[in-house]
Amino acid sequence: MHKDQPLIFEISKPGRIGYSLPELDVPAVNVEEVIPADYIRIQEPELPEVSELDIMRHYTALSKRNHGVDSGFYPLGSCTMKYNPKMNENVARLSGFAHIHPLQPEETVQGALELMYDLQEHLKEITGMDAVTLQPAAGAHGEWTGLMMIRAYHEANGDYKRTKVIVPDSAHGTNPASATVAGFETVTVKSNENGLVDLEDLKRVVGPDTAALMLTNPNTLGLFEENILEMASIVHEAGGKLYYDGANLNAVLSKARPGDMGFDVVHLNLHKTFTGPHGGGGPGSGPVGVKADLIPFLPKPVVSKGENGYYLDYDRPQSIGRVKPFYGNFGINVRAYTYIRSMGPDGLKAVTEYAVLNANYMMRRLAEYYDLPYDRHCKHEFVLSGKRQKKLGVRTLDIAKRLLDFGYHPPTIYFPLIVEECMMIEPTETESKETLDAFIDAMIQIAKEAEENPEMVQEAPHTTVVKRLDETTAARKPILRYQKQ
Amino acid sequence: MLHRYLPMTEEDKQEMLKAIGVESIDELFSDIPESVRFKGEYNIKKAKSEPELMKELTELAAKNADIKRYTSFLGAGVYDHYIPVIVDHVISRSEFYTAYTPYQPEISQGELQAIFEFQTMICELTGMDVANSSMYDGGTALAEAAMLSAAHTKNKKVLVSKAVHPEYRDVLKTYAKGPGIEIVEIPFKNGVTDLEALKAEMNEQVACVIVQYPNFFGQIEPLKDIETIAHTGKSMFVVASNPLALGILTPPGQFGADIVVGDAQAFGIPTQFGGPHCGYFAVKSALMRKIPGRLIGQTTDEEGRRGFVLTLQAREQHIRRDKATSNICSNQALNALAASVAMTALGKKGVKEMATMNIQKALYAKKAFVENGFEVPFTGPFFNEFVVKLNKPIKEVNKQLLEKGIIGGYDLGRDYPELENHMLVAVTELRTKEEIDMLVKELGDSHA
Repeated sequence: MHKDQPLIFEISKPGRIGYSLPELDVPAVNVEEVIPADYIRIQEPELPEVSELDIMRHYTALSKRNHGVDSGFYPLGSCTMKYNPKMNENVARLSGFAHIHPLQPEETVQGALELMYDLQEHLKEITGMDAVTLQPAAGAHGEWTGLMMIRAYHEANGDYKRTKVIVPDSAHGTNPASATVAGFETVTVKSNENGLVDLEDLKRVVGPDTAALMLTNPNTLGLFEENILEMASIVHEAGGKLYYDGANLNAVLSKARPGDMGFDVVHLNLHKTFTGPHGGGGPGSGPVGVKADLIPFLPKPVVSKGENGYYLDYDRPQSIGRVKPFYGNFGINVRAYTYIRSMGPDGLKAVTEYAVLNANYMMRRLAEYYDLPYDRHCKHEFVLSGKRQKKLGVRTLDIAKRLLDFGYHPPTIYFPLIVEECMMIEPTETESKETLDAFIDAMIQIAKEAEENPEMVQEAPHTTVVKRLDETTAARKPILRYQKQ
Repeated sequence: MLHRYLPMTEEDKQEMLKAIGVESIDELFSDIPESVRFKGEYNIKKAKSEPELMKELTELAAKNADIKRYTSFLGAGVYDHYIPVIVDHVISRSEFYTAYTPYQPEISQGELQAIFEFQTMICELTGMDVANSSMYDGGTALAEAAMLSAAHTKNKKVLVSKAVHPEYRDVLKTYAKGPGIEIVEIPFKNGVTDLEALKAEMNEQVACVIVQYPNFFGQIEPLKDIETIAHTGKSMFVVASNPLALGILTPPGQFGADIVVGDAQAFGIPTQFGGPHCGYFAVKSALMRKIPGRLIGQTTDEEGRRGFVLTLQAREQHIRRDKATSNICSNQALNALAASVAMTALGKKGVKEMATMNIQKALYAKKAFVENGFEVPFTGPFFNEFVVKLNKPIKEVNKQLLEKGIIGGYDLGRDYPELENHMLVAVTELRTKEEIDMLVKELGDSHA
């Protein structure tokens, strides 16, 4: 008989504490004397009552039920699950970075502003853009920030009819969602049989109402949009702007810069390419770079350098305003800066070369066992289709679950939407050939099992702490919090 | 090249190239047209070794005046609180911080359960039915609450109190431009939302009323009175709240709030120059299927074991795409974990004790100012912040305080011209009586 992992509330016992506060050194005024009765809480919040060891054991047990990059291979496509350097963590915890208040006088935070300014300079060079803001908190936040700037740009030109944002059918879901939140209508452009944006379709959808085209390059199939300059001129001639989704920047460091490809705005995911850890879902950081004509619209304040040191420039009359309180996810930016400075120009070049080498190696070795919908060099990631296995009754979801038994995090599955039974695999450059080979062997074994012993795959996982979970009931009868019995 | 983060050997490389069927790595980039190919290397700083870079960055950090060396009375939405040491030990478990969004529940039960516990704790503190797994910060959470209200009520006018954090209001104004929401600011009177002014602006076209509790000036807003005005027509009642204060104050949920948002920075998250912190978002169950961001739900596996999954995903951008009402994807999961550990360590007793200490210390400080002849313009009940009027510019005063090792309070004149020479003083449980006395002494004769 199995036993459920207890919730922290279930091990709580009145009379235990896990904290240590100083003695009160001012008069112990009774709260009832200073706060009106209606505003004093009657029912106490049901928070746990546990000792420090209880807490540590609880979370250690939970951590053992979680797979991170440090636990094993994590080829989750488009998420760039590379190694998170430990040095980054130490630097971010330095007291002068971790314990400064955002509203301190500028002269007391010169070190922080210098780091931000220098990170902006590095990101400008890496992306080929003219200015960078570090304010957005994550990739999607950066997308929306960039689109708001494009909107402000058009409006500053008296151009109010540009209401549409063009997004390829292979795009991340955040692209159309960000366009909506920024007040635009989304128009989809089709991919052609080679997995690239269909230029004829692009010409058809572009027009005087086009505000921008959002593009990931290489795209979510891991393929480089080789007609990028032609696409740029189609959009620019129509008066639109070109937006670069930097989710896949790991594929082109030192090989091609968005600024040189004709992009006007770019967001980066510092938690992907630049090793801010993913944190179980965040925090991230989503800086946005722009070409010169969009600089006036940057969110304010802008970290700047003057005669008397670094300062926050609030005098930006055309700015779209603030997108976040304070100046962005500084702690993540510190980690990304540490990483960039640890790699240097030759290191960053090697990052992309090895990321692409690893992806192509895996793709070629697996092509015999799974369908390869786009047979050409990939960049940092590639997609396979589980069509062949589906005919045997084994779905891509089953393959993903079976991979868990081998100690791997599966690839991204069922995305991009244009590939049937899709598996999107991104190995990253920090994985060794031995790791790739072992994963490839597991994938080959699963392909064989699909033919010879499909139940083995269909009933997977077999070794995890829980088996497949009932997601339907979870959504139909949601239990979203613990209730004391 | 040899680098500690790159395991590729020359031998591996050759074998892999051979398996692919190409001569060189360069060939793999042949699909990038010459015209856009970047040649050479980035013009950025050369790599430094670990010890060299550690030294450089340690020195850079030391250029900042951190609030562990200085005595800080700065709050304004970000506070210097006790962080139980255990918090950093838990979030340093790399199974947590090197994982991503728990898309594969069978190998993500740890993260999923930890966040399910976070959702529960936020519900307990706010008095709400459902809390999500976190937002970027309090400011964007507030903006998303306005967007949700507008989408839900199909109204396009938002009333926000001027006693709400100025930077939160700035973020709200930026977000509002997207769907074309009109933002109307309601003035304050004696440091709290002016009820008459609110009534005057209230009508059937309002999507929501937003106030902060405690508000930007530290004052406790009369939520009971505001709620009756806010719930006119379809309008929703949105409260931004410091969750630590809710350890002692009546939760907004009990005053009929429809949405409660805020930042959990007070629980275990360092100030770190303003981010990353931890936004939270809580709603009444009627809005459960409209809440932005990720939600963790409890379920069972095939063999009846309890387990947790991402749920109600039909709300989210990766399913709804351009029909989504929020574009949030990455959130602040690791900080939600930090906040959970801190809320757990403090527990039922500690949260109340710490919240009470904030009130007691701030009250002592306020009395000390009053007794020394300073004017404290707002007279209502307050949490851990209050406003003091001085007779000279705050910027100047803060410069002098800095020489004594004190980081003074926030200069309210930056956002409120009518509050020129007014300082917002924050006093948390970490400030000692001695430090408070020193602040009052150093300000000496700068009372109005």
